[in-house]
Amino acid sequence: MTSSAILQAINGTSLAALLFLLASGFTLTFGLMRVVNMAHGAYYLLGGYIGLTIAERTGSFALAIVGGGAAVVALGYLIDRFLIRHTGENHLAQVLLTVGVAFVIGDVSLAIWGGDSLKVPTPVFLRGAMELPGGLVYPRYRFVLILFGVCVGAALWLLYRKTQIGAVVRAGVDDREQVSATGINVDRLFVLVSALASFLAGMAGVVGGAFLTLYPGADWEILVVALVVVIVGGLGSLGGAMLGALIVGLLDAYGRWLLPEFSYFVLFGPMAVLLLVRPRGIFGRES
Amino acid sequence: MSEPLLSVREIHTYYGDSYVLQGVSLDVPAGTIVAILGRNGMGKTTLIRSVAGLTPPRRGDVVFKGRSLRGRPPYAIAQAGMAIVPQGRRIFRSLSVRENLLLPTSRLARASRTAADGRRTHWDLGRVLEEFPQLAERIDHPGGALSGGEQQMLAVGRALMANPDLVLMDEPSEGLAPLLVRQVEQIMKSVREHGHAILLVEQNFALAMSVADHVHVVSSGRFVFQGPPDALSREVDILDYHLGVSGSR
Repeated sequence: MTSSAILQAINGTSLAALLFLLASGFTLTFGLMRVVNMAHGAYYLLGGYIGLTIAERTGSFALAIVGGGAAVVALGYLIDRFLIRHTGENHLAQVLLTVGVAFVIGDVSLAIWGGDSLKVPTPVFLRGAMELPGGLVYPRYRFVLILFGVCVGAALWLLYRKTQIGAVVRAGVDDREQVSATGINVDRLFVLVSALASFLAGMAGVVGGAFLTLYPGADWEILVVALVVVIVGGLGSLGGAMLGALIVGLLDAYGRWLLPEFSYFVLFGPMAVLLLVRPRGIFGRES
Repeated sequence: MSEPLLSVREIHTYYGDSYVLQGVSLDVPAGTIVAILGRNGMGKTTLIRSVAGLTPPRRGDVVFKGRSLRGRPPYAIAQAGMAIVPQGRRIFRSLSVRENLLLPTSRLARASRTAADGRRTHWDLGRVLEEFPQLAERIDHPGGALSGGEQQMLAVGRALMANPDLVLMDEPSEGLAPLLVRQVEQIMKSVREHGHAILLVEQNFALAMSVADHVHVVSSGRFVFQGPPDALSREVDILDYHLGVSGSR
């Protein structure tokens, strides 16, 4: 029992690492530009598929991560520039538009990569199991994923809290109009943040595709859970995305273990209760 | 006389459906303070927003340093040498005092600025903190934790950090204790001494009259008076009817 509980904690934390990659980009683009981009799940899946192809052709997992992320950056830029920009501040239009974009990406991916579950091949040194103190055995890959998530989280936190460009982004989340009156081209800033978000989503697809596998529908499954992370943590808050990812990851792992038939309820029930008490999420602020 | 720093030419500005500025013209010569007086809702803030490009005029033109600002976004106008101290201060709440002050100096804000611009570079972090010692004491506090007076100092300091040729000030005395209003007055005079011009929107009649070189009175989107402060203090009807001030100061 105890050992299972520990294993589920690691399961939950490794899922949290993956969710954080996806949710952090989503929450920052929303915080800065009030843009709701529901295609983030499709970015995840497409990045994963492209990474899969790169990994199969080159045999390099690192190249797959970078290539999957970069391909989504390019696509995301075009979608921002030529589609989302025209929606202005209309959230309903953004949601409908980006859901449509997500369907298109999903169908094109189905045509290219087919309907089977595909697994991004990982390098040999990440395969297999490792033994934990106390005789527990756990997949090595998911451990490394936790480390990876922590590193990316730390890098993002430093960028956001300690650099001048991070200060500009935080200022933009506070008061976008005043930032532009300070001489800063907020549109250009948004291109940077949006590119970062796209990269994180594409990278998450490659990293996630190596243990959750890639299949039609994986885009929506991960999007729904990432949205819960963003809403629980508070829209626009990087710290909220971290804490939210951990909460959702652990709830999901323990829910599947203890109450498998109610695992979705275990996820959405606490979210509903939280929203009753704090409608803007844990770190969300009045706007 | 050489061309004024800022020239507002017959602008008409709408805020949503309401027709706020109905043909307003004014000049701000370099190194002077021009004040706009008027009751609430007469279009003072809209005038500031029109000049800064935040609410662009539908007709008319704003010319800054000899160039029309028509169609230029707010960031480009700011980079041309204009800074704003907005109504309600609009301090970035989650940024520290230091980060607030350094924001206008970020590379993103200076992207289009050339070295040969001949711009005054008097103000830097050290000079601003010298001018506002209260800010130096709270340099690492978040902007949202400052008092109203401190936030006003920070808003002015943030504007100066851009070393602008023109500072737009929208109600800088709003909500401040009398002692702080005196300090704001001193700051404006000191800013002018350093060669910056100020376009000031004020409800505080005494403050505007004491600092301004030139005064405009706005009523229902039009100017009903323009001239030096001395001349305004003799216009009993305008003082009484448009400003609610009786007699001279």
